[in-house]
Amino acid sequence: MTTQQISTEKLRKLPESYGKLGWTLLIAGVVFTILSFVIDAKHASFGLTMTLVFVATVGVGSLFWVGVEYVSSAVWSTALRRPFEFLAGVIPFLIILALPLLLRMRTIFEWTHKSLLATDPAMVVKAPYLNIPFFLIRTVGVFALWWLFYYLIIRNSRNQDTSRDQQLTTKNVKLSAGFMPVFAVTLTLFSIDWLMSLTPNWFSTIFAVYVFSGSVLAAMAFGTLIIVKLNEKDRFPVKLTPDHYYNLGAFLFAFVVFWAYIQFSQFMLQWYGNLREETLYYIPRMHGSWAVVSIAVALAEFLIPFFLLVTKPAKMSPKRLVFVSVWLLAAHALDIYWMVMPVYDSKTAVFGVSEVAFILLSLGIILTVFAYKAKGNNMVPVGDPKLQRGLEFHI
Amino acid sequence: MSDIEKNPQGGRRLYGITALFDGPEKLVNAAAAVVKEGYKNYDAYSPYPIHGLDSAMKLKRTYIGAVTLIAGLTGASLLLLFAWWTNSIDYPLVIGGKPYFAWPSYIPLMFEMAVLFGAVSTVAALIMVWLGLPRNSHPLQDTEFMKKISDDGFGIAIEAKDSSFDEKQTKAFLEKLGAEKVELVYYETREISLKEAVLDPKFIGVIVVVAIATSGATYFGLNKMLLLRPWTSLSDQAKVLPETRSEFYPDGFAMRPPVNGTVARGELPYRYANNIPAAEKFMKNPVLPSKHVMELGQRDFNIYCSPCHGYFADGQSRLQGQFPVPPSLHIDSLRTAPDGLYYEVITNGFQGVMPSYARQIPRDERWAIVWYIRALQRAQNPPEVADAK
Repeated sequence: MTTQQISTEKLRKLPESYGKLGWTLLIAGVVFTILSFVIDAKHASFGLTMTLVFVATVGVGSLFWVGVEYVSSAVWSTALRRPFEFLAGVIPFLIILALPLLLRMRTIFEWTHKSLLATDPAMVVKAPYLNIPFFLIRTVGVFALWWLFYYLIIRNSRNQDTSRDQQLTTKNVKLSAGFMPVFAVTLTLFSIDWLMSLTPNWFSTIFAVYVFSGSVLAAMAFGTLIIVKLNEKDRFPVKLTPDHYYNLGAFLFAFVVFWAYIQFSQFMLQWYGNLREETLYYIPRMHGSWAVVSIAVALAEFLIPFFLLVTKPAKMSPKRLVFVSVWLLAAHALDIYWMVMPVYDSKTAVFGVSEVAFILLSLGIILTVFAYKAKGNNMVPVGDPKLQRGLEFHI
Repeated sequence: MSDIEKNPQGGRRLYGITALFDGPEKLVNAAAAVVKEGYKNYDAYSPYPIHGLDSAMKLKRTYIGAVTLIAGLTGASLLLLFAWWTNSIDYPLVIGGKPYFAWPSYIPLMFEMAVLFGAVSTVAALIMVWLGLPRNSHPLQDTEFMKKISDDGFGIAIEAKDSSFDEKQTKAFLEKLGAEKVELVYYETREISLKEAVLDPKFIGVIVVVAIATSGATYFGLNKMLLLRPWTSLSDQAKVLPETRSEFYPDGFAMRPPVNGTVARGELPYRYANNIPAAEKFMKNPVLPSKHVMELGQRDFNIYCSPCHGYFADGQSRLQGQFPVPPSLHIDSLRTAPDGLYYEVITNGFQGVMPSYARQIPRDERWAIVWYIRALQRAQNPPEVADAK
């Protein structure tokens, strides 16, 4: 096999359109968010919660993929690691996104109301966990841990570009191995705090796994979208083959199925058990316009992408991958909408300025940060000892 | 073909030429060269999947995946049909308070059936592709070539029926490619003839005989043989069966009566069975009234008594004349009757019209019902009004 030349002119030159689109979306998102707060502050708070969940799941999901590559010593994905590192760059900004929400906790979280303690014995039991000081400690702790691992892993990866020190890979393998259990616990806390506690009486032990499945799926979809787009436009510094595409498609397919498996497990057990404290989550989601949204979520995040990705040529086709990635990101947004918004209005599925702000702001933040990171860093890890072998990858 | 027609009894016929290569890379290169040379009826063999071999061979997409998908969807649909028919059409059954057609609970089963059908069909399809069923053997089976392949060899076999096949040229071509061992493979025309062995009457006959023998042996083994000694050692125990006499105890009973004067746990002797006057005379309500007792009585009354007696004990039956309508409990004779009457009737029923509720309602709850009946009676006829009358 011949050694592939890395195009140095493309290494730090992301097409201008990415940054422009990112900034446009970001500014529009901020404007719409402010507008939504002016119109209906409660609705807007829930909208911003969705934004936080979307950005956090994509960001920490991307860091998970970076960590998985190191832990498993995967070779094929070495050239594709940087886009995921850039996507994980949103992690330091999560706390800024969460700040307005922390100031408006009484609007979003029913459990912050003291009156609930008097009427609901279950809330008394949960009070040692669900109280404002501990919630703040957890939120700050979770974001800080993510940022810490993001900082350490990405710093080593970036330093390797110049120093070519193979020891840095070993260091990152150890760091990533440490990150995996931290990721499991912190994502569990994050999903319990920001999603499950919206319905404080409800609980599901599989819920964090459900959020995890959506998170890594969305991160993979975002990464795939950018990688395939760049490679097809010949703006990626190295030439990727259909075999790389196949693996990306296989991961998307695997996590589409995993997502459905977890969602159905949660639904079927609670539906069959038919206990009041469990079904209170699904009852509003199974009636009225929310029933339509529920079916749409199942179709959008499982049934349709399953058949779009099931064949081998589909997983290798750039057109199909771009389409499915965009589709899955929309499905992830719909999934978050399905998790959050029935708490705001349990009767009808609402769509207003807050939802538009959610979509614009989420994409705006992620794309802007991505474009910013891509400007200052190499698009492929040129110093990684696995890079050439990764480019020669064959399925 | 003509050879076989000429000589149907036997004879050898050239199947093709096999060549063994040293290592997977050489096999991939050789396969590419064979394709370039224009051969169509050939195949490459290796002990494990080799990356890039399929593209080197310019293989078209296999239809095995479609077989798996269709079989999987078939399995899932058949299970859904089966569950729908049995659970909601043929024998509708409420399970766990769910609707007759409780589709979410079928999904795990549909998944299992999809996996089962998909897996079995895939294996069957692979065998069919390899052997070309109904043919039941392959010329390469049991050759040195195939033994090497299933161990550590990498090889190519070019079939003689290929249009560009020429015994000498093809052999020279394979040797030029760097093959280690090039061999001609023959097969017995008797073994692989036009007449498919699977359709041979002898073969079918043996299968039928084996099937009958197996099912017969199973039937007699499970239904007859297991009922003979010594396999019946578990059921042949020294024990007293119903309607037989014990040889062990002098009185002939197997069960021992309790010692005189003992009372079983959780039970109290009841001496007034079917003796209403005695019950009225000697029984007092031992349960003290409280909010809890009244609520218990109301709950049990509404569950057990109200279908016939009505929610207000006025005889407004909800059963629409399917059972004899009981009298109102507000008539004077019943209103003034002692508590013992109610307890006795609940416990042992009344004149064959009302059944006994002793099995459904525990003793204290029966007394709670009596309290509740009393409350209902007071509500209909408050004491001051009754006194005024």
